[in-house]
Amino acid sequence: MPTIEIDGKALDVEKGKMIIEAADAAGIYIPRFCYHEKLSIAANCRMCLVEVEKAPKPLPACATPVVDGMKVFTSSPLAVEAQKGTMEFLLINHPLDCPVCDQGGECPLQDQALGYGKDISRFAEKKRAVDDKDIGPLIETEMTRCIHCTRCVRFGQEVAGIMELGMTGRGEHSEIGTFLGHSVDSELSGNMVDLCPVGALTNKPYRFSARVWELADHAGISPHDCVGANTNIQSVRGRVKRILPRDNESVNQCWLSDRDRYSFEALNSPERLSRPMVRRDGQWREADWETALHQAVSGITGVIENHGADRIGALAAPTSTLEEFYLLQKLMRAMGCHNVDHRLRQQDFRDDDESIMRPWLGCRIEDLGRARAILLVGSNIRKDQPLLGLRVRDAARGGAKIMAINAMDYDFHFDVAHRIIAAASDLPGRLAAVVHAAHEGSEVPSDVAAWAEEAEFEDAAAIASALKDAGEDAVVVLGNAAASHADASVLKSMAQALAQQTGASWGCPSEGNGAAAWVAGCVPHRAVHARPATGAEKPVSNAMEMIDRPLKSYILLNVEPTLDCADGQAAKQAMEGADCVVALTVFDIRDNVDADVMLPVAPYSETSGSYVNCEGRLQSVTGAVAPLGEARPAWKVLRVLGNLLDAEGFDYVTSEDVKNEVAWSQMPILDESPRCGVPAPNARRRPAGALVRIADVPLYRVDALVRRAVSLQLTADNQPAMAQLCAEEAQRVGVEEGDRVSVAGAAAEVSLPVRINDSVPTGSVYIPSAWQATVPLGNSTFVKVSKA
Amino acid sequence: MLSQQSENEIDLEIAKYPAEQKQAAVMAALAIAQREKGWLDEETLDYVARRLEIPAIRVAEVATFYSMYDLEPVGRHKISLCTNISCMLRGSEDIKKYLEDKLSIKPGQTTSDGKFTLKEVECLAACCGAPMMQVDDDYHENLTPQRVDEILDAME
Repeated sequence: MPTIEIDGKALDVEKGKMIIEAADAAGIYIPRFCYHEKLSIAANCRMCLVEVEKAPKPLPACATPVVDGMKVFTSSPLAVEAQKGTMEFLLINHPLDCPVCDQGGECPLQDQALGYGKDISRFAEKKRAVDDKDIGPLIETEMTRCIHCTRCVRFGQEVAGIMELGMTGRGEHSEIGTFLGHSVDSELSGNMVDLCPVGALTNKPYRFSARVWELADHAGISPHDCVGANTNIQSVRGRVKRILPRDNESVNQCWLSDRDRYSFEALNSPERLSRPMVRRDGQWREADWETALHQAVSGITGVIENHGADRIGALAAPTSTLEEFYLLQKLMRAMGCHNVDHRLRQQDFRDDDESIMRPWLGCRIEDLGRARAILLVGSNIRKDQPLLGLRVRDAARGGAKIMAINAMDYDFHFDVAHRIIAAASDLPGRLAAVVHAAHEGSEVPSDVAAWAEEAEFEDAAAIASALKDAGEDAVVVLGNAAASHADASVLKSMAQALAQQTGASWGCPSEGNGAAAWVAGCVPHRAVHARPATGAEKPVSNAMEMIDRPLKSYILLNVEPTLDCADGQAAKQAMEGADCVVALTVFDIRDNVDADVMLPVAPYSETSGSYVNCEGRLQSVTGAVAPLGEARPAWKVLRVLGNLLDAEGFDYVTSEDVKNEVAWSQMPILDESPRCGVPAPNARRRPAGALVRIADVPLYRVDALVRRAVSLQLTADNQPAMAQLCAEEAQRVGVEEGDRVSVAGAAAEVSLPVRINDSVPTGSVYIPSAWQATVPLGNSTFVKVSKA
Repeated sequence: MLSQQSENEIDLEIAKYPAEQKQAAVMAALAIAQREKGWLDEETLDYVARRLEIPAIRVAEVATFYSMYDLEPVGRHKISLCTNISCMLRGSEDIKKYLEDKLSIKPGQTTSDGKFTLKEVECLAACCGAPMMQVDDDYHENLTPQRVDEILDAME
């Protein structure tokens, strides 16, 4: 290990490290713009020039490897002169517009100009100006400010895996931009704003809305996916202004997905509900809390008296906190009712009795990035969990074999070594073939074998052997499409069979904070920590059954059933048919939900609460700002409802008390419990002339908050509802891009524009869920598509 | 998009590099495309990108970096006049002025009859014969106004 000296301080540094890394580790400051520890070394800004003994001229600390005996001086006269010279060059073309620049106050160039710049410019000639670019709804540009460090370009190439920004031109004519003025569409684009060391790329929705020195920082957790990304929620006078990543190497590193970053716009949405509302004689009117709670309680008790406690049900959004999940299920069970669930999009519950709690990834998030083989089943991991997608990309860049069994050939940002693309309804059969191949002659469990109708599929053997080769370093990950699949229990069981046979680990992470819901017992058949729920032996209803066999009363926790449930159409009808629907909601949802009482509750930024991510990590935060208007944290509303309904044990003072009652702290135990048997294949054959529907939920439609984040709704990833077909299928139907088709589901027909998308296999059609336009199709697996 | 001959030439260039390093052929591919099409429009850049399986912006970076690539239509003959230091010291500014007057265009422009395009370029590595210019594929050195007349007047 080389020993070097920086500013007289002796350091042992790993061979191959650069001077700047050694200095950072030792807490010695070296100025820099282009260097970033997560990006490749460009050495183009020259700000980190330092003096090295025996070197004839200053050397860039970011690109000079340490050598034994090296003596580095970061602030010797030679080094400082070089740094000052660099700064003078950087400032030649940089506008002096800090007072009107959003970066002002948090600008590395501004800060370092203070340390290394001259107070008066010697440059009297004309500065150059560069046209601004419109690169989409999330990033604002002011390209004259750019100093060409290329951090944004390298981020796209190296981290986000899609090179959208580049540097065109040469020398003084260099400009950062996109090809032909396209927008930057990466699902991680916001990180470029963080990386930009000047005010060239700034946060568009946040623009000019606050100054950084006014902002109060508050630690938060993002609720939109199972990663539990650590955020810094920044607010001014009780209003959230923006969200930044909070470094956590094991969870989100220093990144955030755009969904985590820009969903904050919904927090300030005009659709926020700030006062309780009750509906009487068909008219909505504002009410005080007492009146609203009274109406809610009398509605619920009325249903219990007239129809029995098992005629009520509660649905919670997967984005809720651990405490909310816990109190909701406790409240329901106190009323003698076990109908409580958060698995709104799940359709197959056949393994509920046998399966243990396992909404996990199957490995730690960090391990995913180090895996040597990853099999994705029914997963568009890049868009569904962008930060997990990054880890898979890391693994791929480290040489891992990434494989996929999907209903659609998703546009991944990593190389896929083997892929099986088949109609959604055929996925279990394809996975069974892989399990079959993994057994190589040894006996395949008969229940699995029954699904492998055709003996072999191309690539099945290759996938099985890649998993075996990687052994313990292999992971089988079931994605959102698998979890909401009509045969989800089959896919899970087969994934487990495959994992057992190959030595891989496996997991099926939940949506949002769903892991916390399992911990809190927010499922009908299991109590806290997935222990059997006492009293739940009698028939209880899961999320699907609560909709399919409509109940008389519903309690909704941030759920818009039409858009959030697997069968939105049935959910809509169930709400309409109920006597009493009590909605605890962040937004005024009267147009979407046939509710009777709307109780305003606090979104993630306004409530304390805990999150359990897909690796079982418990993370608790407090509210960043006070709830809007009369909104209250949902755990407090549930506590009061408990008191009003005379339930025992609802005397919590803080959400901490609730958390302590749940008493969860440990990471999940990932030992194998017995595999659930796979139900026999049902003869769900594709009717003649029908197509198999791919019903994925687009990333910016996943929950009520995201759907109201206006800038995210404008992104290229948020295409409005369309019927996407491959060219061959479109030809068969007789339509072209832009035409309209009529799509007939089991119950209804809708008209949608056509988009040609060759990643959809023949025989399938991609019609996204969570759009009003596609709700009437319900959860039909097969649809008939004809020219409108 | 391109003729079979150009496609074959691009294939030949791609074959010079390892299979996963197709991008290495980007400069040659652009040159081949430009020779056939006269100049590189955005569609052609996009085509080359798809052909080499690299992002279009990557191709645009290369095409905008080198003055040898033309991103706007050029006349039948392209005059690239070096005004770098050696040529400048040997009178390239006068040659530039002479060319501008003779053709009635500024660098970057094309004569109205579409015959000549004048470009001011960086060093073309012929300092020994400064001042110099390149007309199409030929170098012309030790320029004087008379030499310029002879060269250009002989052009079709």
